[in-house]
Amino acid sequence: MAGSPTHEVRDFLRRRREQIAQRWADEPLFRAVFTVSRDEAVEAGKAVVDALAQVADAGRVEDPDAAGFTAVREQLARMGAARSRAGLSTAQVSSELATLRPPVENLLLSDLQEATDTHVRDCVTTLSVLMGTLRVVVMQTALSEGQALIDRQRLQLLEVATPVIKLWDGIVAVPLIGTLDSARSQVVMETLLESIVEQQARYAILDITGVPTVDSLVAQHLMKTVAAARLMGAECIVSGIRPAIAQTMVHLGLDLGTVVTRSSLADALGYVLHQLGVGIVTPGANGTVTR
Amino acid sequence: MHTAAGAQARLPIRSDMDLVWVRQHVRQAAAQLGFGLVDQTKLVTAASELARNTLVYGGGGTMDTEPVSEGGAQGLRLTFSDEGPGIADLDQALSDGFTSGGGLGMGLGGARRLVHDFAIESRPGAGTTVRVTSWVGRAPRPREES
Ligand SMILES: Nc1ncnc2c1ncn2[C@@H]1O[C@H](COP(=O)(O)OP(=O)(O)OP(=O)(O)O)[C@@H](O)[C@H]1O
Ligand SMILES: [Mg+2]
Repeated sequence: MAGSPTHEVRDFLRRRREQIAQRWADEPLFRAVFTVSRDEAVEAGKAVVDALAQVADAGRVEDPDAAGFTAVREQLARMGAARSRAGLSTAQVSSELATLRPPVENLLLSDLQEATDTHVRDCVTTLSVLMGTLRVVVMQTALSEGQALIDRQRLQLLEVATPVIKLWDGIVAVPLIGTLDSARSQVVMETLLESIVEQQARYAILDITGVPTVDSLVAQHLMKTVAAARLMGAECIVSGIRPAIAQTMVHLGLDLGTVVTRSSLADALGYVLHQLGVGIVTPGANGTVTR
Repeated sequence: MHTAAGAQARLPIRSDMDLVWVRQHVRQAAAQLGFGLVDQTKLVTAASELARNTLVYGGGGTMDTEPVSEGGAQGLRLTFSDEGPGIADLDQALSDGFTSGGGLGMGLGGARRLVHDFAIESRPGAGTTVRVTSWVGRAPRPREES
């Protein structure tokens, strides 16, 4: 009666679907993910068994991209993600997955009591290959989850790293920090233009004290931002160009054209206040500042 | 001329993120060799220009860093190589303001002014290699008319 090991395993999975799912529901992985209802865990288990049977049917036990996995990929990803969120490392999730194999193997062995030793060995090997492929599928989805997380954090970082500060009526400032790549510059430009409109700002100070390198791309981004601000009716001042950067810009052949530059944010603010006709009186004996 | 031991490295240039590593690596290597702040900044900026060209026009490549010494002087040599389309007209590419990609066209010429030695080799279809060296404590190269 013994067919090929792959078909034997497929038939076994179909036949023992219910029992396998029942046993998995008691394993830590399913218990930890489906905390509310055991029935739900059993259902999820059945879906995974069905997928494995389909993959075996297609003879693709070694292929993590086999079509049979498609139906459960998302569910597996959710399970993996739930375990990562609970603080498990990738290696720990992987070993939780490994605990799914022994109960299935025991069932298989008890079904194959009549079979020859070679056939039993072949079927057990096929099953462990298949279960290994399942682990690979879960790990793949876990990794792409990780990549998605990194991408999300990067986006968040883009936003938090570009605050626009109102310094005075009609004066906003952006302290730029870190690498001004194209994506960052785009965000800076948009945030700045929005706040120019919102605050009805007439002056915007771009402070680059925290930008470690000003090369031709950064300079181009700065000039584009300045030009866009001008179109919105605001004049830009670039402050915080450190001496080493100023010298480098000269050698590189970069000049910021007609943009007003000041060495520090304080100087830039002083310049703008002067332009606006705001006088500053130094503190009197009682420490008050009058405007 | 012989190469000082250690501190040699090859960095991949495949993404914007790699450009960040390139800059950090050059800054560290230059600081270790005793470059002053201004010279570090110049070399890092030149590296940033050349690495971006490698990425944008060369389709990616590598940067090799190598400390060098000559008659007691210490220097840092950077080699950027790609297997991209190459540059047909080097003079045009080096001239300020020429760009084929919507840049400022200041990268190549600017990088040449920021370092002491500059050599570019490129064959259309075979890729581009740019090799630059700067020396600790040496005056900037005189401005040449172009
Ligand atoms: N590695 C390379 N492979 C192929 N072409 C290159 C390479 N490096 C530079 N070029 C060509 O030389 C031109 C000039 O380069 P350069 O760096 O001076 O200016 P850019 O990159 O266009 O602008 P930017 O001022 O932003 O650097 C490029 O537009 C490109 O056509
Ligand atoms: Mg360039």
